[in-house]
Amino acid sequence: MATTITMPQLGESVTEGTVAQWLKKPGDAIEKYEPFVEISTDKVTAEVPSPVSGVLKEIIVKEGDTVPTGTAIAVIDEVGAAKPLDSPAGLGASNEPALNVPSTPAFGEQPTRPPHATPAPARPQSAPQPARPFVARPGSRNGGALNPPEVLRRVSPAVRRLARENNIDLTTVRGSGEQGRITANDVLAAAAQGPAAAMAAGIMAAPETRQPSAPIQPTGPVSPSAPLPPAATAPGRSTYDRPIPGTLVPLSQARKIIAQRMVESKHTAPHAWTMVEVDVTDLWNLRQREKDRFQREKGVALTLFPFFIHAVVQSLKAYPLMNARFIDEGIQVLKEINVGIAVAAGSNLMVPVIRHADNYSVAGLAVEAGKLIEKARSGKVGADDLTGGTFTVNNTGANGSVLSAPILNGGQAGIVTMEAVVKRPVVVDGDKIAIRSMLNVCLSLDHRVVDGAIASAFLVDLKKRLQAVPTAQF
Amino acid sequence: MALATAGTTTMNNVEAVRHTLYEALKADPKTLIMGEDVGARGNVFLITKGFLEEFGPERIIDTPLAEASIVGVAVGMAMEGLRPIAEIQFADFIYPAFNQIVGEAAKTRYRSNGDYTCPLVIRTPYGGGVRGALSHSVSIEALFYHVPGLKIVAPSFPADIKGLLNAAIDDPDPVMFLEHKKTYRLVKGEVPNGHYTIPIGKADVKVAGDALTVVSYGLYVHQAIEAAKQLAADGVSVEVIDLRSIRPMDKTTILESVRKTRKLLIIQEDNKFGGIGAEISAMVAEEAFFDLDAPIRRLAGPDVPAMGYAQTLEEEFMIPTSRMAATMREMVAF
Amino acid sequence: MAKAVESLAFERHGLSDEQLRWMLRNMHLQRTIDNRGFQLNRQGKIPFATGSEGHEGIHAGAALAFMRGKDVLVPYYRDAGLCIGVGMEPIDVLLGMFARGGERQGGRQFPSHFTHRAIGIMSFSSIIAAHCPHAAGAAYSMKYRKETGRAVLCCFGDGATSEGEWHESMNFSAVHNLPIVWLCENNEWAISTPREHQMAIKDVVQKAVGYGMRGSMCDGSDPIAVYQTVKDALDHARSGGGPTLVEAKCYRFLSHTTDDDDRTYRSREEVEKHRSLDPILRHERTLLDHGVITVQEIEALKKDVLREVNEITDRAEALPYPDPSQLYVNVYEGTHEPWR
Repeated sequence: MATTITMPQLGESVTEGTVAQWLKKPGDAIEKYEPFVEISTDKVTAEVPSPVSGVLKEIIVKEGDTVPTGTAIAVIDEVGAAKPLDSPAGLGASNEPALNVPSTPAFGEQPTRPPHATPAPARPQSAPQPARPFVARPGSRNGGALNPPEVLRRVSPAVRRLARENNIDLTTVRGSGEQGRITANDVLAAAAQGPAAAMAAGIMAAPETRQPSAPIQPTGPVSPSAPLPPAATAPGRSTYDRPIPGTLVPLSQARKIIAQRMVESKHTAPHAWTMVEVDVTDLWNLRQREKDRFQREKGVALTLFPFFIHAVVQSLKAYPLMNARFIDEGIQVLKEINVGIAVAAGSNLMVPVIRHADNYSVAGLAVEAGKLIEKARSGKVGADDLTGGTFTVNNTGANGSVLSAPILNGGQAGIVTMEAVVKRPVVVDGDKIAIRSMLNVCLSLDHRVVDGAIASAFLVDLKKRLQAVPTAQF
Repeated sequence: MALATAGTTTMNNVEAVRHTLYEALKADPKTLIMGEDVGARGNVFLITKGFLEEFGPERIIDTPLAEASIVGVAVGMAMEGLRPIAEIQFADFIYPAFNQIVGEAAKTRYRSNGDYTCPLVIRTPYGGGVRGALSHSVSIEALFYHVPGLKIVAPSFPADIKGLLNAAIDDPDPVMFLEHKKTYRLVKGEVPNGHYTIPIGKADVKVAGDALTVVSYGLYVHQAIEAAKQLAADGVSVEVIDLRSIRPMDKTTILESVRKTRKLLIIQEDNKFGGIGAEISAMVAEEAFFDLDAPIRRLAGPDVPAMGYAQTLEEEFMIPTSRMAATMREMVAF
Repeated sequence: MAKAVESLAFERHGLSDEQLRWMLRNMHLQRTIDNRGFQLNRQGKIPFATGSEGHEGIHAGAALAFMRGKDVLVPYYRDAGLCIGVGMEPIDVLLGMFARGGERQGGRQFPSHFTHRAIGIMSFSSIIAAHCPHAAGAAYSMKYRKETGRAVLCCFGDGATSEGEWHESMNFSAVHNLPIVWLCENNEWAISTPREHQMAIKDVVQKAVGYGMRGSMCDGSDPIAVYQTVKDALDHARSGGGPTLVEAKCYRFLSHTTDDDDRTYRSREEVEKHRSLDPILRHERTLLDHGVITVQEIEALKKDVLREVNEITDRAEALPYPDPSQLYVNVYEGTHEPWR
């Protein structure tokens, strides 16, 4: 039986050895433990005793050559029956035949054990893994939108945060991790596609059981109305709510998106602007008369805003091109009238939408708008609330402004502001001067969709409606 | 030492130590080396071979066999203006010097409120995988990294060794310089010529990736890189950070990486309980909780006093690259 | 080999009257500051004090042999008088007692743990004999820089000579023939451990033989004898002759510290029996007998010492404690960013 002798490791941290001198030549008999070759390393030079008795069959490495430890250097033909191998001799090096020296495996190899040693109990982790391509595990196919409770319970901090920041409903995200776990990447992928990706951080999206609505209508924010008091922040940190001069205020996800959308809107649509002055004296008086009863009956405050929205909706019906959007193929005249209301919530800007606003009375609009504004400010607005708008109104007057030049929202053709009511001397009935409550209404328009003529006609129509006091119960 | 590219020299780790020490002794007459067998024998790994002949017995001191005073006398030298580099022959022998390292060197500046300082370097080879058994294989960083006033570095690439050893020698405070003995001849690399330092306290991203952060040092960082290569072949990119500096530790690099990959695996040769990985895990959990997409894991040595002399016992202790790769795959798939 | 030097006759060893009187003042200053420490502790003003009563002769004699601006002193915590003798401001002792800030101490260490690099007093910790290797290293640095005329004086008690680090330091200094004097202030007690339980030999100086080192012994209650012995050893070291182990025998009259009660381990008779070794009484008698000082001058000296001690007590007490922010400085050079 032929036994291959390999280069032993003579000393700690030694990785190679040089054959200094062969003490036997092929054909010579060798006794077990008899020195048959001299090996030198940079630490020691030593004679190596043979592990078996036999005849030197072949010299593989010449005198003077240096090879890594574990390299075959000679072959000995064993004489007599194969004996069980004894433990290695003196030098502390393993010179068992046909054995890679265990202390210096190339990284990645599993060192082999001496043949006579009791194999260690099987350890699945230490067994060399066959190389297999890495495949992301498919998430559990829940069959529907809902993830089972076990999956939702095992949501990691990163997933929770990313879902919150990107307004993703975790019940609808397909998990690609172990056992169907929702991974951070799953959330990010959902955010990149989802409709609600556009809007504010700081919205605590409660897990909803409804599917998010299909049409992707990116909504864009407009100039804020009625800003809230600044949110509490750690003292000393420069934030959007409490900016410190001379510092850099880091951008939240929401503000990043707001900035993006603003730029997108301005660069896409050629903005034009026009305005009308409206005499709301009678409307104001009506509101004064009705507000207490309204508050009692509906539990909601009555302002001019729902009257305004109601009039806008009527005007939009009369001028459908104002309820449209420009696309490459043409001007998409929208069927639904979904009016977005710009709301400022902390440092965030949101435009919750009253869908099918034409179905509501003034009272209904007051209640609905109130609900949405409250939701937005308390962080409870959901993805559905923010999508599908076709036209936007902004109560800039609540901030005290009398003139605004709003930025178009999410590709819509028009956005209209209701400015502050200001008592002014105006000319009435020919040449008389009276003090009237005046309200400016400003309109930014996408000049690709409408020209000044239609825009002004729309505004004049709106003005007429606001100046006509409703006689019917609202 | 072959010249590989203009401006660098190819060296292995032990050559890098030797070269750096040599240049330091030549450059500054205040530096000296003291320890057992560093003179005539030239150190048991031949690191200081020839130094005695060139620099003389006052600068290359063969000390008595007494670890406490190898460090203690060096402390006194450092307090009085010299720049001693004390060597403990094997990290396993360092325990008698614990008092002088932790009780004295680390506290000199603090207890004297800056009146005295202790610019001392303590070098020692550590680590296993060389059939060193119970007394020539231990890792000791966990015993010392707890101590304010000490600095500890453990580079395992030749270029890092030179830069950090130079920095340690220049440092005005006591620095423990840990050299993994298995990497002495195993690891080769390009080392820039000329004098340079690498700041103590800066980790190094050895492999950039985005699916998982792996933090390691010493011998295992090389295996981690190898394992990362295997995953890369399957299209998975793992980030491998070489800690290099145990104390101070580079919090910023670790956190930046974890915020990117959201998963952290620490691989340490030392036993798990109370090791370096425990501190890193706690810090990351504290500071990057909302960035974590998986539990932090530590791949570490078993909780036994040391690795045995028998091959089977040593292999059971040491972590093969295959196990590192398997763990990385598990975490990426999580 | 061990040499016993005793002042049988009045041998002033070249000391002038002024120097002899200086030693007496130093001894009184040390005793008075010590007493003040115990008084303040009993008053509840300071939590802790160590006393050196019995060591004054050693301190005064060694201080005079020490060369200011050249030698380095590596003391231990029962060396206040010696530190003052080599130039430390006496108020530093009080600053340590009151744990007030101050430039060098910063309220960090126990009382009597001094540091003063500018005048050559090396910082040390409370760990017995941990300073001995440092002293050897300091001596090595002198030899390394080929400085002649300089030496290290390292002081410790009898207990320290049992520590491994003391042994290693002695050995190292002998092997390398370092310019150092190892001064053992043998007061027969290591807290409650008497000399018989500390070592199997009678005199510490016998240990010198084992290291191949010079050794000499003197009566620590006689400052002149101490001066002569320590000077001889320092001169020998300064001229490159190598180390000497000097044993100065004295007695610790007080408890180890204010937290110790020596009545639990030794009798009053034993303590009183050693009163004859009181170095102050002994030196006063010597000076009086040989006309170097008068009784009135001694009284005036004591009054002046008391005045000085009162003044520095008041001054130290009036200083503020270190600001809490000071806890974080000087961990490393520069600012330190700990993980919080």
